Amino acid sequence: MSKPKPTLATTFCGIQCLNPFWLASAPPTNCGEQIMRAFDAGWGGAVWKTIGEPITNVSSRYSSIDWEGRRMMGFNNIELISDRPIEVNLQEIAEVKRRYPKHVVIASLMVESKRESWHDIVQRAEDAGADGLELNFGCPHGMSERGMGSAVGQVPEYCEQITGWVKEKARTPVIVKLTPNISDIRIPARAAKRGGADALSAINTINSITGIDLDTFQPNPNVDGKSSHGGYCGPAVKPIALNMVQQIQADPNSVLPLSGIGGIGSWRDAAEFILLGCSTVQVCTAAMHYGYRIVEDIQDGLLNWMAEKGFATIEDFRGLSLPNVREWKQLNLNYQIVARIHEDLCIGCQLCYTACWDGAHQCIHLDRVSPVADTTRTPGMVEAESAQRISTTPIPKLDAGAIGGKNSKTPLERVPRVDEHHCVGCNLCSLVCPVENCITMERIDKDLPFESWEERVAKGLISSGTGEVMSTNT
Amino acid sequence: MSDRVPFPQQIITTPEVVERFGDLHPPLDRQAAVPEANRCLYCFDAPCTGACPTHIDVPGFIKKIASGNLSGSARTILDANILGASCSRACPVEVLCEGACVMHRYNKQPIQIARLQRFAMDALYESGAPLPFEPGPETGSSVALIGAGPASLACAAELRRRGIRATLYDARPLPGGLNTYGIAEYKLPLVESLREIEMLSQLGVDFHFETTIHAAALAELERKHDAVFLGIGLGAIHQLGVDGEKLSGVTNALDLIAGYKSGSLTTVPARVVVVGAGNTAIDAAIAAVRLGAAEVHIVYRRGLEQMSAFTFEYQHAKNEGVKFIWHVQPMGIRGDEVADGLELTKLVSTEDGSIVPEPGSEFVLKADLIVLSIGQATHSNFLSEHSSKAGKIQLERGRIVIDRMTGQTSDPKFFAGGDCTNGGREVVDAVADGKRAGIGIAKWLEVRRVQA
Repeated sequence: MSKPKPTLATTFCGIQCLNPFWLASAPPTNCGEQIMRAFDAGWGGAVWKTIGEPITNVSSRYSSIDWEGRRMMGFNNIELISDRPIEVNLQEIAEVKRRYPKHVVIASLMVESKRESWHDIVQRAEDAGADGLELNFGCPHGMSERGMGSAVGQVPEYCEQITGWVKEKARTPVIVKLTPNISDIRIPARAAKRGGADALSAINTINSITGIDLDTFQPNPNVDGKSSHGGYCGPAVKPIALNMVQQIQADPNSVLPLSGIGGIGSWRDAAEFILLGCSTVQVCTAAMHYGYRIVEDIQDGLLNWMAEKGFATIEDFRGLSLPNVREWKQLNLNYQIVARIHEDLCIGCQLCYTACWDGAHQCIHLDRVSPVADTTRTPGMVEAESAQRISTTPIPKLDAGAIGGKNSKTPLERVPRVDEHHCVGCNLCSLVCPVENCITMERIDKDLPFESWEERVAKGLISSGTGEVMSTNT
Repeated sequence: MSDRVPFPQQIITTPEVVERFGDLHPPLDRQAAVPEANRCLYCFDAPCTGACPTHIDVPGFIKKIASGNLSGSARTILDANILGASCSRACPVEVLCEGACVMHRYNKQPIQIARLQRFAMDALYESGAPLPFEPGPETGSSVALIGAGPASLACAAELRRRGIRATLYDARPLPGGLNTYGIAEYKLPLVESLREIEMLSQLGVDFHFETTIHAAALAELERKHDAVFLGIGLGAIHQLGVDGEKLSGVTNALDLIAGYKSGSLTTVPARVVVVGAGNTAIDAAIAAVRLGAAEVHIVYRRGLEQMSAFTFEYQHAKNEGVKFIWHVQPMGIRGDEVADGLELTKLVSTEDGSIVPEPGSEFVLKADLIVLSIGQATHSNFLSEHSSKAGKIQLERGRIVIDRMTGQTSDPKFFAGGDCTNGGREVVDAVADGKRAGIGIAKWLEVRRVQA
């Protein structure tokens, strides 16, 4: 059976897209020249760097978090909206659309909270040829101090009202970009929907201070010895974005076509956002880190994955994971897994051992070579025994095979053992294990029917208010 | 002590030697060290730490490099191994910490522990900070240490940290023993050994150089001190016992190595033959190559499988162009006044497992310099003349017998460690012995004090 040849072409609230990969409104979409190069590289669309009354920026503007030698795990900026005249941006939008009619150009807009101002900018952006409008209700720094950006997004009434003003004028789809700097993303999402928004995009950046210089005591990014909270993005924020995307998509009063944003840098990230219901995804930090060229693998990888899974279109898998995100009370309490350590793969680092003792439930033991299971030996005792051991440099002809080296097997005494009777199936050991498939979590519950907390409460087995006392040592 | 010229300033470095004996393993810079440190898995009860005779907390010091706590990293190293800088350069890490690294079974390349350790130690020196330990409050006890090599230095450091006076006696003009004079310069330059000892001496160690301790002097030291540590190492390199051995042009590996390291020897003749296939023989052969020999041979009575050199040392020698002749026995040295060749006979195995010369297989290997490296004798004989009320220091084949955990000999007032007890191993083994003995002496003195 031949599988369908997949396509990335898709539709987003009526806008035809060559592919679902857009550049987010940010420095990579600052001007027409950039966006045309991005389209040449393979991006399907671009949300123009937010257009509004030109601002003055500071220097410096960015800072980041590195993690164990990898750069820019998290990225932060205090740059404002476009510093170019509205007219120049609009002329360039027109030029880009003339040269790239099939590519999507969305005008991101932010003006003062006056009906006429919004009517005026909407008209001009659409006249320039924008395929849609994205209302920037999310920018958390600078602009919010002037009553714009997240200052709008954080107040549902403003969000609804301005969306309404825009919808009075707009002929193209209106996308409201949401701020995550709020306790429940569904509140502004519902407001935007009430205001008539055609679509949503989420998330904008998260308020952040990325770090303090330990010599000067100045926060980053440094502007003449001072800093200001910025907007956090990059790989670190992806889990937060996925959660908010799911919340919006699972809420009937919020759900709209959604353009997913937040830490997307690869086709895998894109697939995850689409599986939670996004129709398009927007990328910024990864393009700022490595350039527009990253879209080649994003396209190629997603197409290959779609072919492998038998998906012909984005719609074929969009939202497939939504039913799998449930409330905790709906999870199966009778599902039971335990950790299994595969001796043949174990390298003997014992990270699972120390993690289980200090961070979990003391169910992993170093007793494979002791005559009987010994669950009383603590990490401290293990270390004390090792400290007393006398080691000598091996001499080849005297101490053959004394030391490990390249082809050696892990000595059995270094391979930890899981006490399956006490293992609670928390996953921690398998998460810290550096070796793929060395610790697997295996299902052991047998012949027990599905039963959730909700069901237990419904059956009157437990009153919903009491907490269950979990025993780890019986 | 303040009027002493610092040890590193008491020597003159020879430009030829500096140029020809550059670092075998160049230092890491920060941009290389931090990613390498981050690669470490931070094993629990780490095998690298277990394999290290001094049990340096390897993941601990590596984590501190990753976090940017370099002074803490150096302290972690020195706390376990006061000669951590030398060991980072001189240790055969392939069979120690790096050999034990679990990475061999993970992504195959072990963590570069030695280079990371050197990085932390270099950072300490460059910072100009003092040794991160202070002498303990004075106890009034004192210990004499015979020999100022790694075992005695490590023992002295433990004693000083516990407030026990440490007086070292050494026959040479500078401290460090084989750590200073006997390690290939491309691994551990002489000046680095001295720099490390200079730092150690901040603990307040008394040195007496060019002082040889014989039986009478030993008895005197025993009377004056509360305990005596014997870190006397080994003696002269064995002789072949063949004709021509006294000719000019016949030397031994330790003299050759000490000679070029101290600058008294800057060239060797064209053809060099090294007799023996241990790690010292390899060091001597490679030194000969670097000192300008055109042809360097190693000749050995047995085969590749029986040589005591580490495999990586053998590979290194081959890479430097050293040629190996296996299963040959020197029968004599040719030459009038100056040696010009080594007479060799092939050896064959007999049915009973012994090896015997093969008649008619004699040949001569032309050589202008013959370097013997067939093991060191012990020089512990003077100890057998010594006896005290408590007993005699027991020897076994010339080696001093000790309790491995405490370094104590059969005469309880005497402790020992290093080559004189193990027959000749690595610097790190001597440091571990000295460390255990230092702790052992302190405990023994404490018990005696309580009982008194």
